[in-house]
Amino acid sequence: MQKRLANWGNYPVVSCEERSFSREDQLQEILDTQTSLIARGNGRCYGDASLGDYSISTLKYDKVLSFNTAEGIFECQSGVTLDQILEIIVPKGWFLPVTPGTKFITVGGAVASDVHGKNHHVDGAFSSHITEMEVITSLGPITCGPDRETDLFQATCGGMGLTGIITRVKFRLKKVSTSYIRQRQIKARNLEEVIRLFEENKHYTYSVAWIDCLQKGESFGRSILILGEHATPEELPAEQRNAPLQLPAKKKLTLPFNLPSFVLNKLTVKAFNWLYYAKNTAREINNVVSYEPFFYPLDAFLHWNRGYGKAGFVQYQFVLPLDQKEGLVAILQRISDKGWGSFLAVLKVFGHQDSLISFPMEGYTLALDFPVRKGLFPFLDELDALVLQYGGRIYLSKDARMKQEVFWQSYPHIQRFADIVKHYNSNAQFRSLQSDRLLLTPAQSTHPPRHESTQTIIHLFRHHDF
Amino acid sequence: MPTVLILGAASDMAVAIARQFAAEKYDIQLAARNVSALQAQQQDLEIRYSIQATTHAFDALDFDSHAAFYNSLQPKPDITVCVFGYLGDQQQGQSNWQEAERIIHTNYTGAVSVLNIVADDYAARRQGAIIGISSVAGERGRQSNYLYGSAKAGFTAYLSGLRNRLFHQGVHVMSVQPGFVYTRMTEGLTLPPLLTAQPADVAAAMVKGLKGRKNVLYVKWFWRYIMLIIKSVPEFIFKKLKL
Repeated sequence: MQKRLANWGNYPVVSCEERSFSREDQLQEILDTQTSLIARGNGRCYGDASLGDYSISTLKYDKVLSFNTAEGIFECQSGVTLDQILEIIVPKGWFLPVTPGTKFITVGGAVASDVHGKNHHVDGAFSSHITEMEVITSLGPITCGPDRETDLFQATCGGMGLTGIITRVKFRLKKVSTSYIRQRQIKARNLEEVIRLFEENKHYTYSVAWIDCLQKGESFGRSILILGEHATPEELPAEQRNAPLQLPAKKKLTLPFNLPSFVLNKLTVKAFNWLYYAKNTAREINNVVSYEPFFYPLDAFLHWNRGYGKAGFVQYQFVLPLDQKEGLVAILQRISDKGWGSFLAVLKVFGHQDSLISFPMEGYTLALDFPVRKGLFPFLDELDALVLQYGGRIYLSKDARMKQEVFWQSYPHIQRFADIVKHYNSNAQFRSLQSDRLLLTPAQSTHPPRHESTQTIIHLFRHHDF
Repeated sequence: MPTVLILGAASDMAVAIARQFAAEKYDIQLAARNVSALQAQQQDLEIRYSIQATTHAFDALDFDSHAAFYNSLQPKPDITVCVFGYLGDQQQGQSNWQEAERIIHTNYTGAVSVLNIVADDYAARRQGAIIGISSVAGERGRQSNYLYGSAKAGFTAYLSGLRNRLFHQGVHVMSVQPGFVYTRMTEGLTLPPLLTAQPADVAAAMVKGLKGRKNVLYVKWFWRYIMLIIKSVPEFIFKKLKL
């Protein structure tokens, strides 16, 4: 069946055949019959990385296989999501070694995007914590890790699913004594100050800044730096000390439909940013919060992506080397002048990472949303040129539109990555719209689009069991 | 700890049902033909819910083995959920007896064979609950799937009779009519979202229904009325429809 599928940015929306599997033999059956496919987890990458003619959903391949509670080693199938893992490990005194800003991603997706978190400068990306994983390549199932089949391992971490289907992942957890975070928020008047504050506070395990891109002059880069450490039981308020590892209560709001795109304009965004900044009346706030609002503030609003309207949005995330601070200023300036940016941008300083194809490198990373509109893509191409000029690169997991030449010029080990992909994905069986766009998979003859008429209920009764 | 036996434990629906009961702190006995396929599920249940899960070989079509299978269970389950079924190929089954027989034996004979044994045990012990997953397809025969439908009709009637018999021993029998469900079996079909349940919805409705001692459970309530309409079409019209 053809489905209309889109990832988190709601752009692009494509017609796609989607199948799932809950056992390896079912997966093998699909791999034996489909010549072109891509794995898809919970659809939380933003662009077209897990879209193609045919996608294999890993969501039913979701069994937890082992959990060594003494050593903190967790093993599961690739369709298990981080929110499920947290529910299992937190009450036992463990936490995810690395988590992105949403817990609604699968482990397979965490590997394929090699996700990073607020602790990248201390703990690296997700791949740094994997001890072993299994990938079904076109050569068959292969177990790889940091010390075995290392070329496959490196090309799979951040490799956007092009080496095969990630089926099983074993990784190390982080020991915690409470489910709470000791949080410190500091207001920074401008970009200069926030960068200085990052430097001064780099001993904090978690750090990130929310930056208001619409400010000019003295307040250019006005932001709130958010720092955090896992709290110890002694640091908890008395009422929480009895159950230090308690899971946060589940309360969810949802945006049931797309907002009209005019809702977000320069004025409303400006007002929101002003409120966000002004809500912290004191220059510095110190408190203890549950891990949920600290790591996943937006997860409380299911489907917040619908706030950008039907046309969808692109999240633009780049990283620049540490010595290219003027590049950061130049790019922010362009974004600020244009006034098309989102509520807030997220600024973070990455630590060093040796990797083949993963996004992070030591430097500044900035992420912000742009609602899709006329003229956006040419504007983002201009930003790409600046990113390239300052020696940076774009995060593939957020990308839906980068030109292939930008990609090939910005990732330093790209040729080696492409060679490894060719080896494990010999007939370009694993391919996505993104890999085709970025020329990581060879051009294929385009199929005529398949159309399926809308089936009526009568039709269903006639042909299907119920 | 109370224990639930799941017959036909490998399907998407069974996975969700096992999880729902495990979340309520039941121990789980997983039974299916291919035991090795249940291993990951067993580990998953134990790690996620800190309960005991065991796996058991069970072949619905091997009627003679059913008594031995049930006798081997230790402890005896407090709740038995009969999930297995076989949709089969209607066209093929019309002319190929092997296929027709498999449809009938899996959905009806096999279920009767094993539940007779469970029912006798529960009746003797004057406790327990039996849940059977039947199908709205059993409510009226249609040319597109009357082999499956008639077997499920038989199963539905069996469950209602069993409910009548065991009521007097304090044993509850619940029939579940899921309607459309998003599973691997229906993945190729365009299903109307409003009428289609997720396996987790079926599981949640089942556990809730059991607590409320429901007799016949429609997972999405409007299916009861859809079927009421379908059943009320006069036969002289119905036979002309291409359903």
